Amino acid sequence: MQEHDLSFVRVEMAAAQPAPPSERGLGAWIRRNLIASIGDTILTIIGIVLVAMILPQVINWAFINAQWTGTDRTFCATVAQGGIQPDGWTGACWAFVNAKFGQFMFGRYPLDERWRPILIAVLFAALLVPLLIPKVRRKGLNAMLFFGALPILAFILLVGGVFGLPHVETSLWGGLLVTLSLSFVGIAVSLPLGIVLALGRRSKMPIVKMLCVVFIETVRGIPLITVLFMASVMLPLFLPAGVTFDKFLRALIGVSLFAAAYMAEVVRGGLQAIPRGQYEGADSLGLGYWQKMGLIVLPQALKLVIPGIVNTFIGMFKDTSLVYIIGMFDLLGVVKLNFSDANWATPQTARSGLVFAAFIFWLFCFGMSRYSMFTERRLDTGHKR
Amino acid sequence: MASQEILREEPSRGSFINDPKVRGIFFQAVVVIVLVASVWWIVQNTIDNLTRLNIASGFGFLRGRAGFDISDSAIAYSSDSTYSRAILVGFINTLIVAGAGIVTATLIGFILGIGRLSRNWLIRKICMVYVEVFRNIPPLLVIFFWYSGVLAVLPAPRDSYNLPFGSFLNQRGFYFPRAVWGDGSWLIFVALLLGIAMAWFVARKARQRQMATGQQFPVFWTSAALIVGLPLLAYALSGFPLSFDFPQQSTFNLVGGFQVKPEFLSLYLALSFYTAAFIAEIVRAGIMGVSKGQTEAAGALGLRPGSILRLVVVPQAMRIVIPPLTSQYLNLTKNSSLAIAIGYPDLTATTGTVLNQTGQAIECVLIMMVVYLVLSLLTSAVMNVVNARMALVER
Amino acid sequence: MPIHSMRKSVTLRKSEGRILQARPRSALDRTLPALFALLTNFQARLSAIQAFAAIGFQTLSVSVIFLDLTGIIAFDAVREWEAGVPGMGRNGKLRSHGKKSQVRLKKTEKGLWVMKHIAIGILGAAAFGLMASAASAATLDDVKAKGFIQCGVSTGLAGFSAPDDKGDWQGIDADFCRAVAAAVFGDGTKVKFTPLSAKERFTALQSGEVDILSRNTTWTINRDTALGLNFAGVTYYDGQGFMINAKKLPGVNSALQLSGAAVCVQSGTTTELNLADYFKSNKMEYNPVVFEKLDEVNAAYDAGRCDVYTTDQSGLYGIRLTLGSPADHVVLPEIISKEPLGPVVRQGDDQWFHIVRWTYYALLQTEELGITKANVDEMKASDNPEIKRVLGEEADTKIGTDLGVSNDWVVNIVKAVGNYGEMFERNVGSGSPLKIARGINAQWTKGGLQYAMPIR
Repeated sequence: MQEHDLSFVRVEMAAAQPAPPSERGLGAWIRRNLIASIGDTILTIIGIVLVAMILPQVINWAFINAQWTGTDRTFCATVAQGGIQPDGWTGACWAFVNAKFGQFMFGRYPLDERWRPILIAVLFAALLVPLLIPKVRRKGLNAMLFFGALPILAFILLVGGVFGLPHVETSLWGGLLVTLSLSFVGIAVSLPLGIVLALGRRSKMPIVKMLCVVFIETVRGIPLITVLFMASVMLPLFLPAGVTFDKFLRALIGVSLFAAAYMAEVVRGGLQAIPRGQYEGADSLGLGYWQKMGLIVLPQALKLVIPGIVNTFIGMFKDTSLVYIIGMFDLLGVVKLNFSDANWATPQTARSGLVFAAFIFWLFCFGMSRYSMFTERRLDTGHKR
Repeated sequence: MASQEILREEPSRGSFINDPKVRGIFFQAVVVIVLVASVWWIVQNTIDNLTRLNIASGFGFLRGRAGFDISDSAIAYSSDSTYSRAILVGFINTLIVAGAGIVTATLIGFILGIGRLSRNWLIRKICMVYVEVFRNIPPLLVIFFWYSGVLAVLPAPRDSYNLPFGSFLNQRGFYFPRAVWGDGSWLIFVALLLGIAMAWFVARKARQRQMATGQQFPVFWTSAALIVGLPLLAYALSGFPLSFDFPQQSTFNLVGGFQVKPEFLSLYLALSFYTAAFIAEIVRAGIMGVSKGQTEAAGALGLRPGSILRLVVVPQAMRIVIPPLTSQYLNLTKNSSLAIAIGYPDLTATTGTVLNQTGQAIECVLIMMVVYLVLSLLTSAVMNVVNARMALVER
Repeated sequence: MPIHSMRKSVTLRKSEGRILQARPRSALDRTLPALFALLTNFQARLSAIQAFAAIGFQTLSVSVIFLDLTGIIAFDAVREWEAGVPGMGRNGKLRSHGKKSQVRLKKTEKGLWVMKHIAIGILGAAAFGLMASAASAATLDDVKAKGFIQCGVSTGLAGFSAPDDKGDWQGIDADFCRAVAAAVFGDGTKVKFTPLSAKERFTALQSGEVDILSRNTTWTINRDTALGLNFAGVTYYDGQGFMINAKKLPGVNSALQLSGAAVCVQSGTTTELNLADYFKSNKMEYNPVVFEKLDEVNAAYDAGRCDVYTTDQSGLYGIRLTLGSPADHVVLPEIISKEPLGPVVRQGDDQWFHIVRWTYYALLQTEELGITKANVDEMKASDNPEIKRVLGEEADTKIGTDLGVSNDWVVNIVKAVGNYGEMFERNVGSGSPLKIARGINAQWTKGGLQYAMPIR
């Protein structure tokens, strides 16, 4: 008797009930996240007051009151200061950034030759973007071009002196050009050098180990300025009479060696995290030292320390700004240099220039850190504890 | 057995070159030769260059009269002092700015780090924006921002901002009244020391008692009363010997009082704000590294939330936090050498000036490197001791 | 005996005592020379190593260390690959992994090998491309070989050496380098300028990075002797002065009223030392605000961080032009120091030193004789034997060739930059925005200090 069958089998799922109104919508969100308790409410009020104090001012300064165009200081100075703005005006002087934009990017690189850094920048971007997108194929060729062909081409184009290109001295380079080329070379040199140092520090050869430890600990113990100082003041004394280095190359050596020491410590952390079994397994396969390291250990170790490596890159990118102190004009240096231009001297100039420089630096560093997080997730094979 | 015989056979080597031991020795020998040769070459070049340029080597120049003035000095210094004194002034300035920076950065960093884990959405976001902004711009830029962007555009001394307690703020810095200690004020310091000693003693006794009997003693309030109360008592007893020297307007500047120069102020603020962002991240990672089970277990034991944080979470988090915190402290100390960009006379700046005046490049750079190195090693040694005491004792 | 003088005599005796005793020396003071001596002693015995080092390094310098390391690694990897290490390599003994992995391994290694060689190539190219080489002893030969003079100038000081809108360096100091280039090459444009900060300038000259330092540098005995430099002459007699903002500080018209002021000054200069001495000797207080770079000092003064700006008076006039409102600022009358500014060369190369020194005298002599850029060709035909001699028109003259340049060197100099007077007026005098009077920089015949040694 089918009608009296008491066994009941549900064949379809009951429709999900909506959450109760008290747990739904904006109100609940606010209750949960902003006013969960008395302390929380007080904090929220403090937060709102802080934001209300800072945000409108910043927006006002950077956008609403900002002076976007102009040809000299009068556009960014108040009447009392000899300009056209009403008294009591404060706003960003983007006109200054606008007028000096070329300098901020290329320093004193000759105007007629600026197509060269621009071309390099375009090539750089064109090669970098496909390299960063995992889906694009032919990574090997791309990497070869990026790390092999591009630096040579960039060197020839930027320095000049061959193929009828006029020679451009490195003392004329400046702005973002210097920042980026210093960082690119620094990154390209410090990573392999750091790996070599890290391997040396974990080597069984006592002398090699000692040398690496001394180098790494010394460099990590002193400020970059001292290293740069040494490169600019002491290096000439160490070389035979008459042999000199380009200032740019000196800074390059200083920055790269400095970053290499930090890189070595990061890589060492990765090497230590690889279980002994991996080393022993490689040995039992009969792999030589470099094969063991290059094919088994380093690929795993480097993957583990990607965040650390990128952090070192970011640190180095920021540290390139220190070359200003030894008289080279990177992005920050050029911005700073232009504060003393009487044509633009207003109370707002320094602030605007620095905020602009900060924005550029921030863009690069933030981009790098986000990309590293993305890579970390992509390479995560689930072996991590 | 045949297979055993094969195993006992000498391993068939392609050649003597492939023996790892031989290779190791050969490689090290090459490294040593290259190293010795390059050191040799450098020393030779340096000697040649120095004799050719007629530069005397040695540290004898340190006893010479400096001849230049230093704007900010914690110890007595005039242009008649020696070069070594000038370097010492710089060194002390480095210590001051690094010490002050470390304290402030830790404070802000902990607040931000805890803020990033707050259940309050707004606070979380504010802290995140702060950290993401400051972590991604160069410290030098932050210093310039404070110096050229904020402090340089303050009003001239003539129309300084008047702040409470007779303090002033203008583009020449921050002025506040200086305490002038009269006769008998030594009693106050003695009382303060006594208070601290007694507070420490009370805390020890209280802990012992709690261990033995489980009874608690209000250590905090007793200590506060001792440390604040005793000096106050001494102050009253010695007849109120404290007076204040207030800053006054004069032709050029404010005179009197205590002046904090904008160079120091911007360096200190920039270092604190910049490093705080990193410390915040470390603190966050540390707290997140303590597993939730620990909190829950503590709760199950009946501890209150405050006690859970103080007795269970923080001690465990500190173990994760201390090593990276050490390197941040070292970074801050090293970053203080950026003072040279805004003219604060720290070690790098004064040694640089000495280098310039004497031309003794090698000696001066050597002094600089050794001092920073010793400072770094000392800091990490101290933190290693702290770390060892904090470390998990595994059974 | 009054206490005051008694104390003085005591200190005197104390210092005498110190002289009588052996001069106290620090431990480092003693060990460093000893160490150097030891190493020099070793030199004879280990000449073979040194020779190796010399061959190895003179060509590649620092990068050789680098190359060596990379080279060894590459060598190692390639050897291992070629030797056919068991289980790996091209013999393909590793059966379990199948053929595909073999090929891939081979490819990776080959790729690694190629990458390493590319890296070596780049490093080598960079090192060669950027490393400039200058002569040790014979600067003249070296300058002739490279075809231009490397001239160290300031990072920008109006009237002395500052880049104009097109990036060409202008000013007395820059023109002086052009004059030397004209004497050497007959072409005043064969100069390259290197801007140097006060801190870098001497090292740059000592290391051969620049051939002449023509950068408003004060001639002092210390620099002449202890730093291994030679001053070739005084192209501008200067003195240190003070500048204040008269609008903000009405009523201040003498440096003696500056007690308590904040003074902006560039660090590592004689200016800094003179400042300390002046205030000390006049028993005045001041507050130094010190910066590394000139433009930082300018910015700080303009922003009002300090009340007073001090540097060489000529510099003050130049800097005033770059300030927000030049009319507000006045240069105070006091001159507190002697600042003879002139070109500097390295010690130990007399020929080069003479060329620079006599270029300077030629500039003065031509002014004294009335030879200008405009009339130099007419003057060649002059009857005045002195003019003929100076311009190299005398029969069988050897004045120029003895100096190491051509005989018409003076003509070349004047054609390139004019005589000293023209150079002065064009860059800092009436023909410039600075409008500085000749003053003590006039010829000796007009009551100034500029006096040329006879060219004969």
